[in-house]
This record gives sequence, structure tokens and C-alpha cells, in this order.
Amino acid sequence: MLGVIRQRVACRGIPTRNFERGIRVVASRSLSSTAKEMTVREALNSALDEEMSADPKVFLMGEEVGEYQGAYKISKGLLEKYGPDRVLDTPITEAGFTGIGVGAAYYGLKPVIEFMTFNFSMQAIDHIINSAAKSNYMSAGQISVPIVFRGPNGAAAGVGAQHSQCYAAWYGSCPGLKVLAPYSSEDARGLLKAAIRDPDPVVFLENELLYGESFPVSAETLDSSFCLPIGKAKVERAGKDVTITAFSKMVGYTLQAADILAKEGISAEVINLRSIRPLDRATINASVRKTNRLVTVEEGFPQHGVGAEICASVLEDSFEYLDAPVERIAGADVPMPYAANLERIAVPQVEDIVRAAKRSCYRSSSLAATA
Amino acid sequence: MKFISEAADKRIPCYRVLSDDGYPIAGSRFEQVDKETAVKMYKSMVTLQIMDNIFYEAQRQGRISFYLTSTGEEAINIATAAALTSDDVILPQYREPGILLWRGFTLQEFANQCFGNSADYGKGKQMPIHYGSNKHNFFTISSPIATQLPQAAGVAYSLKMDKKEACVVAFTGDGGTSEGDFHAGLNFAAVMDAPVLFICRNNGWAISTPISEQFRSDGVVVKGQAYGIRSIRVDGNDALAVYNTIRAAREMVIHEQKPVLVEALSYRVGHHSTSDDSTKYRPVDEIEHWKTARNPLARFRKWVHKNGWWTDDEESELRGSIRKQLLNAIQVAEKMEKPVLAEMFSDVYDDLPSNLHEQEKSLRETIKRHRQDYPTDVPV
Repeated sequence: MLGVIRQRVACRGIPTRNFERGIRVVASRSLSSTAKEMTVREALNSALDEEMSADPKVFLMGEEVGEYQGAYKISKGLLEKYGPDRVLDTPITEAGFTGIGVGAAYYGLKPVIEFMTFNFSMQAIDHIINSAAKSNYMSAGQISVPIVFRGPNGAAAGVGAQHSQCYAAWYGSCPGLKVLAPYSSEDARGLLKAAIRDPDPVVFLENELLYGESFPVSAETLDSSFCLPIGKAKVERAGKDVTITAFSKMVGYTLQAADILAKEGISAEVINLRSIRPLDRATINASVRKTNRLVTVEEGFPQHGVGAEICASVLEDSFEYLDAPVERIAGADVPMPYAANLERIAVPQVEDIVRAAKRSCYRSSSLAATA
Repeated sequence: MKFISEAADKRIPCYRVLSDDGYPIAGSRFEQVDKETAVKMYKSMVTLQIMDNIFYEAQRQGRISFYLTSTGEEAINIATAAALTSDDVILPQYREPGILLWRGFTLQEFANQCFGNSADYGKGKQMPIHYGSNKHNFFTISSPIATQLPQAAGVAYSLKMDKKEACVVAFTGDGGTSEGDFHAGLNFAAVMDAPVLFICRNNGWAISTPISEQFRSDGVVVKGQAYGIRSIRVDGNDALAVYNTIRAAREMVIHEQKPVLVEALSYRVGHHSTSDDSTKYRPVDEIEHWKTARNPLARFRKWVHKNGWWTDDEESELRGSIRKQLLNAIQVAEKMEKPVLAEMFSDVYDDLPSNLHEQEKSLRETIKRHRQDYPTDVPV
């Protein structure tokens, strides 16, 4: 008979539960079981569903998450299944519902707070930083805050400056927070489940343009106990000439760039960061010690960005291994313009990553990188 | 077409029980307080007053870095605490240590927190007066103003599921009502039917901003109706009135499962904190007036005295004893060891992350190598 392979993945040790969500997967040791595909949206929805089912303390709150099925349909079907006590539509008050979520977490519940976009989280950022992130420390462990803040982060398409900023660097600098940035459906499922189970506050940075993208998922990923470890990056593609780090949507671009580079004889190792805080410095440095060259890729603003931190980490730990200066690819240092042609050049494109990798390998026509 | 006026003809009246002379006001309805409770209330008010004076002085002497008093608001602090039960969850602003005092937090525990020593429940990780105690149902004080108001609605949401005969009590000052979180907190609590008792200590001043510059409304009580929240204004310097009001409000919150707003009028006799000198922005005789003629302790003492429940001898004995206990607590707290090194790194997260673990290891190795340079009075 068909069976489901059950595997405990290293995370917070939650016992496996026998939930079939109408998905029976054929799994066998000899065959690769990647027959199923899943969009990131479905991945997030199923992760929320399973965690809410497993733990009655988990509840979802945000604008449009209930009746509207979620501004981006991430919470589709959840109101109907769990009722208005577990899926709460809120008035338009980020400060309000974020504060409520923090208070509920203080008193033992496990809220998942959705921001329609992380740009709006700025209206609630005091609750996230001064309350959620710091309370466990300031109270010496008396107040723990098992809360997840999630929503789309970074640029979408044609939404202008106030809807396009990337907050990875801002939240990533704050001790007390954990900051995750999934790329694939496997990332989305595994990291969201880990985030909800984690006793610390987690900022979960999704990407609007990735919601509709489909990725193959293994039987293990589909199991309700599936969980990815927080703080571990994934080497998406092994290589030996240059290390390229990326997160979220830029992982896809970087993989495309790696294909192009391969045709030109440059073997790029692509690292999907998955976790901005804690940053997997060990994996990054091990890779750079192997390839001796580094390109960092992010959509956000360049100053004080994630790439700046990675660069500093590599300089501190692997200076002697570098054969070339580190290349940073980031969004343009301007508020995101609206016009499509301007937006295109304000955000990294595949060609930018290819050029940077070539410069790093001393294979570009001009040695002077443009500022 | 009729506009609602920006100001009503008459201000919302204020509930009072005792006159300034300590006599029950004719026609004022109130529930009698028994001798035991009344004496405990009075003694606690005295303790709070003396504690404030002595810790304030300790800061002035450079023994602690910061302090903030509740002088003038002892009735609000103690009478509220007396009217609640120990199951009611408190989300304070920062001028409510009397609640903790009533619930059994000792003078030594207060001193330990102010000195940030190893016995402090916060392990020296928060500045003075930011007390917190899970076992007393008192959330650790957080400095940003009014953030506790929407958080209170969240706590209430969780408390509802426990189905206890208890409510959440969230405090703020007059200044705090200007914060966006005041609007968010009250609006949400009303919409969510959250059992939160919002208490606003309107003490007339937000550092140097008088209420005339804080809002144009008739104080804070009128704001409740804008959110669909039942509200009342009480004389915050009248311990009996505060006691009665909070008792009644608490009943409503718990049995009707909806928020209630109480505005307690008072006066901030002390400076905002040890970082402030209020004589720079308000007249000294105004401060003196509220310190003496309108003193909440004096008023309540007159009533307790008249009932034959308190004598002058007991007064001087109490004051002497409290003073001695406080001076002793300070000495003990000052001499006590500071928190160990590991506390610097703990509780950032639930588990110690690898980077902090490495940093701590590296620090300890450095200390071992340079033992002679490491201060002897800081525990490792």
C-alpha cells in the first residue's frame, strides 16, 4: 500500500502528526519523488493551515486575511476552516494589530501577523523592535514573544517607492529578531513552519512576484512535520570559480546568471541565504574559501545592506582566501521609480549579476567597475 | 444642519467621595471599605511616598542612575491595586509601582531592580524603575509611551480564552493619549470586545507639556465615547472614590466583556524624573499647593483617623520603620553582586545563538589571559 515517508527534520523537535491534507504521495527509496509541483502561495497556505491545525494557539491576523481570503490569497480558505477567532480581519491600523499581536504573544498565544507589505510595517516598527525583539532580553526571559510577522517584501512590479522597499537589512540588524527570506516553495513551507514553531519573534520576508511561481516539491517537503532549520543557507548550485550569495527573488536571477556564466566557462556556486538573521557565515565563508571570489546580490538599497554585512564577514574570516575584491550588486540608491523602464534599471537584472561575476573573475573588458 | 460643538456646555463631572477635609460628601454614593483594607491602603500609600523620596535621594547621591516618582498619585496607585484582584493582568506605563507594592513586591526587590544587581528579576538588563514580575501579573515596564495599550487588547484576547474572572488593566498618562497607539488600542479593544480596563492618570503634565497643550478636548474621559467605550472621570486624589470606581469598572469589564475607560484626575507633584527640574516650567507655589493642601495621603488619613482606625503614634512608628527598611534595602542592594557575565548574552533569544556563544567564549579567554586587568568587583 502507499505510505508516507515520515522524517524528522532537525528543528524544534515537534512530534510528527499524522495529517493527510488530501495529498497522498508515492515515495520510494529508489526513485526520486519530485513528481509534485507547488506554487509558493500554495506552500505558504499549506504551512499556515498545518500549523494552525496542529496548535490551537496559532492564529492569523491582518488586513484582508479573512473574508477577502488574503490580499494575495495566501490565507485562502483559512477563515472558513478555522473561524473568526483564529483568522482575524483587522481595521487599518498596523500599530494596532501589531501591538495586539505582541500582547497576545506576551500572554501565551502564537500570532502570525500579516503586513500587506513590509513597507507598511514601518507604521508598527516600534512594536516589532522595542517590544517584540527586546522584551525577552529586557525581562531576562520572563516575557517571551513567539510571534511571526510575515508579508511581501521588496520590489513588486510598477508599484512605486512606497511599496517597493526591501527591509531585510533593517530587521536583520536587530538582535532579538530572527529574519527569514524564502525563495522556493520548499523554503516557504519549511521556513514558515519553523518560524511559527520558534519561541522567538521572526520576521518572515516573502516576495509578491514569487507567490505565483511553481517549484517541484519532494514528499518530505509535503509532510506536515517538515521543517527547515533557521540559520542555515542552502547551496542551490555547486561551483568552483565564484561564490554568489542571494536571497528571495534574486536567487532565481542568480541561478539564471549561473547558467549563462557556465556557457562562458565560469562555474558559479549559488548560495540561497534563506536566513538573514542569523546569517549563515560558516556556509558563506566555506564557499569563498573554495572559490576565492564573492559577489553578493540583493534588491534592497546598497548602503548598510545585507551584502555589506556579508562582505565584512568574509573580510574578517577569509581575507587571505580572496583573489579579487568583493562585488556588491544591489538596487539603485534611489526611491523606486514607477515608470517601467526606470524601474527595470533600478533593480538588479540577470545581466548585472553576470557582469559582476565576470569582473570578479577578471574576465570583464574594463577593470573599472561602474560606481 | 447642526454641528456638534467642540466643547460641551459643562465639563464632565468628577466622581468624589471624600471632601478635602476627609469627610464623606453628602449624597455621594460609595461602598464602605473595611478597617483592614483601609489601614492597609493608607500604610501602602505612606510606604510608596517614602520609597519614592529615598530612592530619589539615592539617585541624587549617584548611587543609582535614574529614578521616577509617583508623588501625588499614591491614591491612584494604591486604591486601584486594592480594588483589583491578583489575577488581573497589569500593563503599566511607569508611574504605577504602587500596584506591585500592594501585591507583595518587597522593598528589597524594588531596590534590587534599581541597582541592577544579580537578584534583580531583570538581571540588570533594564534601566531603573522598569520593574516586571510574572508572579505578580505585572508586565515588565517598557519605555515607549502607550505601546502597552494595543498590547493590552492582545493580552485580553488571550485571557478571554482562559475564561478567568479577571481582566487586563492598562495604564497611561495624559500625554500618552496623544500617541497613535492610544487610538489603535482603544479602537481595537472596543471592536474586539476585549476585557480591558483602561486607566488614564491625568496628572496635568507630560514632562513640561501641560494638558492645555496636549489636547483640546475636555480631558480624556470624553475620548472614550468616540470609540464606543463607557467612561468615567474620578478624583484621583480621593482614595475612596478611586477604590469604588475601579471596583465598579472592573465588574463591568469582566461581566460585560468590553473595555471601560477611567480618567483619574491628579497632579504630578514630583518632577517627571530625575532628569527633569519642573521648577523650570511651572510655578513653585503651584507644586506646593498640590503637595500640601491637595495631598491624597492627608485626605485619606483624615478619614481613617476619624474612624478611629489610625493614630499619630502609629504614623510616626510606621514612617520610621519604613525609612529604616528602605535604607537597609538600599545598602543590601548596593553591596550585592552585579549579574554574571553570562547574563549579557542570555535571553536575546530563547537559545543562545552560535555567534554569541563564540563571543562569550572569546571574552572569557581574554579575561583568563589578562586576569590582572579585569575588575575584581565584576563577577565573571
